Order: sequence, then structure tokens, then C-alpha cells
Amino acid sequence: MAPNGEREPMTKLIYERSQPGRRASSLPRHDLPVPDVPAALARATPPRLPEVSEAELVRHFTELSTRNFGIDTGFYPLGSCTMKHNPRVNERLVGLPGFRDLHPLQEEDGAQGALELEWRLQEILAEVCGLDAVSLQPAAGSQGELTGLMLFRAYFADRGEDEQRREIVIPDTAHGTNPASVAMAGYQLVGVKTDARGNVDVDDLRGKVGRQTAGLMLTNPSTLGLFDENIEEIERIFRGAGALMYYDGANLNAVCGISRPGDMGFDVVHINLHKTFSQPHGGGGPGGGPIAVTSALEPFLPVPAVVKDGDRFRFDYDRPKSIGKVRGFSGPFGVFVRSYAYIRGYGPALREMSEAAVLNANYLLARLKHAYDLPFDRLCMHEFVLSARTLKREHGVSALDVAKRLMDFGIHPPTVYFPLIVPEALMIEPTETEPKERLDEFCDAMLAIAHEAEVSPDVLREAPHSRPVRRLDEVKAAKRAVVRYLFDDHPELADADAAPAVVEAPKGA
Amino acid sequence: MSFLSLTDADRDEMLAAIGVASVEELFREIPEGVRFRGRLDLEPALSEPELTAHMEQLAGRNAHTGIELSFLGAGVYDHYVPAVVDAVLQRGEFLTAYTPYQPEMSQGVLQTIFEYQTAICELTGMDISNASGYDGATVAADACFIAKHATGRSKVVLAEAVNPQVRQVVKTYAPGFGLDVVEVPHRGGTTDPDELAAAARDAACVLFQQPNFFGCLEPAPDLAAAATEAGALAVAHVDPVSLGVLEAPGNYGCALAIGEGQSAGNYQSFGGPHYGFLAARAEHTRRMPGRIVGETTDAAGKRGYVLTLQTREQHIRREKATSNITTNQTLLALAGLVHLTWLGPQGLREVGETCMALAQHAKEQLAAAGFELAFPDKATFKEFAVRVGRNAGEVVAAARAHGVHPGYAVGRDYEGMEDALLVAVTEKRTAADVARLVEVLAEVALPA
Repeated sequence: MAPNGEREPMTKLIYERSQPGRRASSLPRHDLPVPDVPAALARATPPRLPEVSEAELVRHFTELSTRNFGIDTGFYPLGSCTMKHNPRVNERLVGLPGFRDLHPLQEEDGAQGALELEWRLQEILAEVCGLDAVSLQPAAGSQGELTGLMLFRAYFADRGEDEQRREIVIPDTAHGTNPASVAMAGYQLVGVKTDARGNVDVDDLRGKVGRQTAGLMLTNPSTLGLFDENIEEIERIFRGAGALMYYDGANLNAVCGISRPGDMGFDVVHINLHKTFSQPHGGGGPGGGPIAVTSALEPFLPVPAVVKDGDRFRFDYDRPKSIGKVRGFSGPFGVFVRSYAYIRGYGPALREMSEAAVLNANYLLARLKHAYDLPFDRLCMHEFVLSARTLKREHGVSALDVAKRLMDFGIHPPTVYFPLIVPEALMIEPTETEPKERLDEFCDAMLAIAHEAEVSPDVLREAPHSRPVRRLDEVKAAKRAVVRYLFDDHPELADADAAPAVVEAPKGA
Repeated sequence: MSFLSLTDADRDEMLAAIGVASVEELFREIPEGVRFRGRLDLEPALSEPELTAHMEQLAGRNAHTGIELSFLGAGVYDHYVPAVVDAVLQRGEFLTAYTPYQPEMSQGVLQTIFEYQTAICELTGMDISNASGYDGATVAADACFIAKHATGRSKVVLAEAVNPQVRQVVKTYAPGFGLDVVEVPHRGGTTDPDELAAAARDAACVLFQQPNFFGCLEPAPDLAAAATEAGALAVAHVDPVSLGVLEAPGNYGCALAIGEGQSAGNYQSFGGPHYGFLAARAEHTRRMPGRIVGETTDAAGKRGYVLTLQTREQHIRREKATSNITTNQTLLALAGLVHLTWLGPQGLREVGETCMALAQHAKEQLAAAGFELAFPDKATFKEFAVRVGRNAGEVVAAARAHGVHPGYAVGRDYEGMEDALLVAVTEKRTAADVARLVEVLAEVALPA
């Protein structure tokens, strides 16, 4: 709060703090002539980068950090994002010079430790997924999806069936990344419904799978937080059609050591290292999206793979059927360091991680299911979906209002308006690292908000009340499309209608 | 070591509240046929000190640039990363947050992304930047996808002097995107504008790199003009630390500017995580992939930032989205912003000049020692190719035995260049380092 009791004043942009002639950097100046850049190629006008002292630089970014909320700040039950604690030892380990300052094109005999780490992580992920081979290369889950679909195409092309098998089946609960990946891989999308228990509707599915089907993309447990009880029948349907099965590993945190995708019949799995294996989410990334596959798909994996010859580790580029490369080098190595470290901390007890995640979620569900609508009354896995439908109908309070009000309790909102099949959805994932007291604080807040919806709904509609800014106008942002600072030409803030508007787009997942 | 928080008493109380007798019962809806009843075959758990020792042992078996004098580049560079980068990135509010879906909780990250987008637009001379892509290779595939939709054409032209890893990723994406990839060979280390113009006919875009993979300065304005005249989008793949001395792609007619951000703010880290940047002219706004942050006001009229133009994105448009990207490289892009802020315009120029001066010095010293430059008549930035008279891979091995990594063996990617070494010189090297490189190469290689 500012001295006058108002909310914090606006934070300047770093460009607005800039003063000509100031700088933070000091650099070596060698006593060597600087060659001329050919005139046609030389920079005519310098970029307007900020000119600030180091002290002001540090203050600026520190101030901005205080206007942000991370897991370190508090409870962050953002469904489908698995916001678990990020162990600090991993940050120290990733900074070891042998990892941090290692060039990706270093000779293999100068990178044996890095190659061994990658090889060990491949082995671990294959075991956790119950599959045969792993590529660490994809940069995030959605790139893992796309890579998996490229493998589908390569596999069927190898069998002469690529032109016949053009369709990928996806349930209506899927993350938006699944259909987007299908389009990017050049496949056609076939949607399948969800049944009354929240499983894939097997009757609908049967009519949609055939010779034209390349495969299925399924998240299990689903984005409803429910394990598909028909998974064995689903496998029979796809196997019977000669099609493949892709497991979206977004929810793998529910089933480590409990049920493995390979045992469910899946051919390809992506693992979100930033979810299940605790790579810090970084305000939106980096992530890691390794894929695990059956031996039938292994020949098509991206290059290079890391292989072990005796006691030496090396990159294997000699994969004639490989789809190629989906990103540079062998993948986001720093992410591998953290995830490998995280898994080594648990060892075979990784199962306890998933057990605690599921216990925490079911506890929240048990405490909240009478205050909010529960679309599917089952035990949940590591997350669950409530609905604010009744609050909306009876009190005019939406899921978004509930989410915004949670901020005033010092809690990051859950994912809202997703999955799309649940109106006014609130998707809640506590993760295993939260203690019972935090879970109870969250439940108390959610129950208090449900009560507020009855007695003082405006408090919710106008929330948040305690954040550095009030509710932001997303429609105005899209209309203005001011996506960079324009210095002296920067438009006035008031140049578009400032009528607050609610956009019910998914927020999270 | 585990990071669980529940006590036995907590567990009992919670199970009672749920109404089940055991944790096992929570999994009763999983069909028995897909239950894993074994024990994961993983090595025993390690305590934090044991884990640290194990990881130090692994890290200790890597020849990093702190113990080996390195001239290795070829896409990832040993530039200096200032201490302020580490300090800002270790703020838990940045490190442990996720995508700013809820803007009132995320003004810090949103504002840094807006500032990052501004920095990228300033560097490249473009109108709009996204919040980052995975790396310098995947943003090239993104650019080709934009070009396909902008032009309705499916041919993409890649200059052969573009980083081979970038070209390989574009080729991997091409079938799904419905793209046909054509490559234009280099002529003496750079791309010939006339040859490129011929290839650009009916093309969606032309992608070239400035400075190119060999470190040479392309006739970039001529290449951009060749593309544009053919109705193809000109796409420049650029190095951020070069843009204090080299012209911005937006100022010589490019429609898109992309690149690998690692040079600005990221450690080498065995290849990642780094960030790719993607910037465009305003007319391509609706075709941009990934997150974009925009400026708006809150209910009280105060300035704030939100994710915007989201109708391009997968969580709304699903199969009609411009990309499937969700998680990007925000933290690495923040590192880039902090590094560029630390440098300022003057510092950026100095880094570029220092790299150029040292690289020029290295070229002269190697020439004086009898080595032949692969492309002697071409201007370069921080990297150049030199002939070493024998298989360059063998030279690398021999030089490393003397504690010097002399560069990248170009023959891995280009025929007829088996004896060429790509040498990168950053501002962290010194004239004495260059002297040592020349000394070692003179011993292990064969000057002409």
C-alpha cells in the first residue's frame, strides 16, 4: 500500500527508468583494432535498450518479483500444472560448472558425466512409463505430443499405411494442445464424447475407430482427474484396428509406480518434467517433454539418442529411420539435471509421491464437494474438477469470481473454465508437497467464498481487493494490441474503452 | 530424501474425512489389469548430501569452458553472463510461478515479458515479438508456418549457410506443415542473391542467417530484397549480441526476425534450456505462435499487463490454433532481458566490437602462422572457418590434449570441408588466449 492507503503505485517500465549515459555493465576492452562493418550491413541507429545502473536494475526486477506469486509465495493449486515444491538443491546442482558451462558440441570423451546423466534419465523414464526406449529431446509437453504424432506417421509410412491412416481420435476433455498438435502433424481430428461417469464413451468410440485411424491421444487420469475405468476396452478397440495409442503425460503425477502407461497399452508417452519431476515452471517455462516409446517405434525416435557401450556413453546418430530433430542438440539439459536429481531423491519410493498427491486431492474433494457442484461423484486421482454452476445460477457469481476472490486469501486460483465440458469449471490440483494445514486453509477459504457468494456477492464480483492491480481488462488489451513500449510514441492508456469485461477463456492447464 | 509433508496422524485424519480405510483404496477405480504391482526398478533414494556428491561426480567428468580454453561455438557461445542474471532468476516469485493465466497474481512476470518483447523489437527492428519459443531451431519452423499462411505457398527456401541444426528441425516439421524445403548452396561462404532470387520464386519464405553458420556476413539486404521481389517473406536468423553493430533485420526489409537467444543471458548448459525469439511485422500479428503480453488497464484505470490476442492459441482455437505451444522459455527470456538491460545500448555495441576485434586478431594470427582461412575475402563477426590441413576432428582431439578446444569440425555438416574448423571468439577470450590457440594449432595441425 502507498502512504495514502491506495494500492501500490504503478510500476515503471525499465525503459521509463532509463537515463542516457547510465549503464550497469563493465566489459573488457582489448587494445585491438575493431574492423569496420561493411556500411550496408552496419547498425545505423542503436536499439533503445534501457540505460540504468546496476542498483536500479536489481531494484526494478526485485520490485516486479514482489508483484508476482510463485509456489514459494504460497499455495498454487493450478489444475493440470502440478505446481509442486521445487527443491533448492536442484538449483545449486544445475549451476555446477561441469553442467552449466558445458558446450553441447563438446567431444564425447569430454562430456561423459552429462551423457551418463542423460542415459540414466532415459532408463528411469522408461521404467516409470513401462516402455522400452526414450528420447529426451522435446522441449515441452506439447512438443512431445507433436513428436509422438510424427512417430505415428513415420511408423505407418514405414508400413505403407500413412495415406490410409489419417485420423487421430481425441476425447472432448483433452487439453487444447492435443488438437493443435494433431493439426501441426498433418492429421485430421476425430472427437469422442465423455460418458456419464467421466470416462471415454466407449460406444461413441467404437463407431469412430477403423482402418482410417492412426491412433488415440488420451490423458489418463483425464483432465477431470478421473482414471478411465474402460482403459482395457479402449486398448482392445485400438489394437483391433491396428492403430496406435498416445498417452498425454500431463497427469503422470497421479500414477508413478501405481499404473504405468506401457501397462495400459500405450505406445508413446510424453513426460512433463516441469510437472511430475519438479523443473521450476519459471513463469511459463522452461519445460521438458521427453517421450517414451515401445521398441516398435524406437527406430523412428529423434537423433541423437544416448547409448552406453561398455562403460562409455555416446550419442547415436545412426538411426536411418529417425524422424530427424525437433530441437537443437540433445534437449534442455538443465531440465534433465533437476529432474534426474528429483527422482534420485525418491528412488523406488516414487510411488509415495503419487500416493500423497492423490490423498491430498481426495481430501480437498471430500471437504469441498458439498459447497460446490461436483460433476462426477467419484474418487479422484491427483486433481478434481468442481463447478460453480449453482453459485452462478443462484447468486450470479462465476468461477472466475471465485478464482479472483481466492487471491485475497493469499492463494493462487485453480485452473478455471477447463475442461470445456464442465460449465464454470474449477480444476484443483494440490500436489503432494503441501502439508495438511495448507490444504485446510484452502478449504476454509473456498467454503468462506461459497458463503460470501450468498451474503455479499459483490465482494466476489469486484475481487481481487488486495492485489497490486484490480481486475484487468482483457478485451481492451486485445483491442489496443499494444505489445511493446513505444517510447515517445506510446499511446495513452485511455485511448480504448475501459469498460471491464470478462473473458471466460481457460486459465490454466 | 523426499519432499512430502504429511505425518501419519495427518494421513489417518484425511483418510477418515474421505471415508476410506487406506491410501490403497483411493486407487480402487484403476482396473486390476493395468495396476503395477511391482516395485519400480530404480536405484535407492539419496539424501541431499549424497545426491550432491553424486552430481558433483557426474559434473566433474565434463570438460567445461572453465577448465578448457574453448573456441567452440556453432550456435552456442561462451559469452559472459553477468551476476545480476543469476540474482534475478533465483527470485522464487519468478522461478516458481507458472504462465500468467491470472494477471492480478502475475504482474511481475507479465511486465517482464512486455519489457522482453520491447527489447526484441528494438534489437530486430520489428513490431511484435512473442514471449519466446523453445530455441533458435523451433522458431525457424514457426516462421515457415507463418509464411505458409501469409502467402498461401508451401515452398520454403533455406540458405545452406544456415545452422545445420536449424535446417534439420525445419525439415522434421515440414511434412506435418505441408512444406517443401529447398536449399540454396553457399558460394564461398555466403549466399548469392541471384541464386536465392531464382529459388524464391513461388516460395513462402526465404530463411538466411546473419552472421551465417560460418560466421560470415551475408549480403543481407540483397537477400531480403531477392525474397521480397519474389513475393516470399524474408526471414533473418540473427544473433542478439551482433545487433549492436549489425543492422536490424526490420531495417533491411525482412518480414520476420528470429534467432537463438542463448548469446544473451543463458549459460551453455550442454544445449539448453535456452530461448528462441520470434519477431514480426505487425501484419503477421494474428499468425504469431505462442504467448504475447499486452498493455491494458484495470477496473480503476491503472496500467497493467495481460496475456493477449489469445484467439490465436491452442487453449481457445484448439485444432485451428497457430501453434500447440504452451510452456515456453519465459525464465530464459527473462535472463535475456536482464542481460540486455545490464549491457544497455553501449554495452551491446562494445561486446560486438570486442568479439569482432578478437576474431579479426585470431584470423590474422592464424594466417600469419600459415593457416588458410576458408573464406578469406568475407567479413565476419565473432566466428570464422579456417583450414587446418588435416581432418579437423582429429585436430580437435589433438588440441584438447593440450587443454585447448579449437572449435567445431565443419566437415560434420558440409562436404568438402573435412579440414575446416569453425572458430568462435567471444569477449571472454583474450589476445593471450588467441596466441595459445595459434601455438597449439601450429603444433597439432598442418599449416598450408
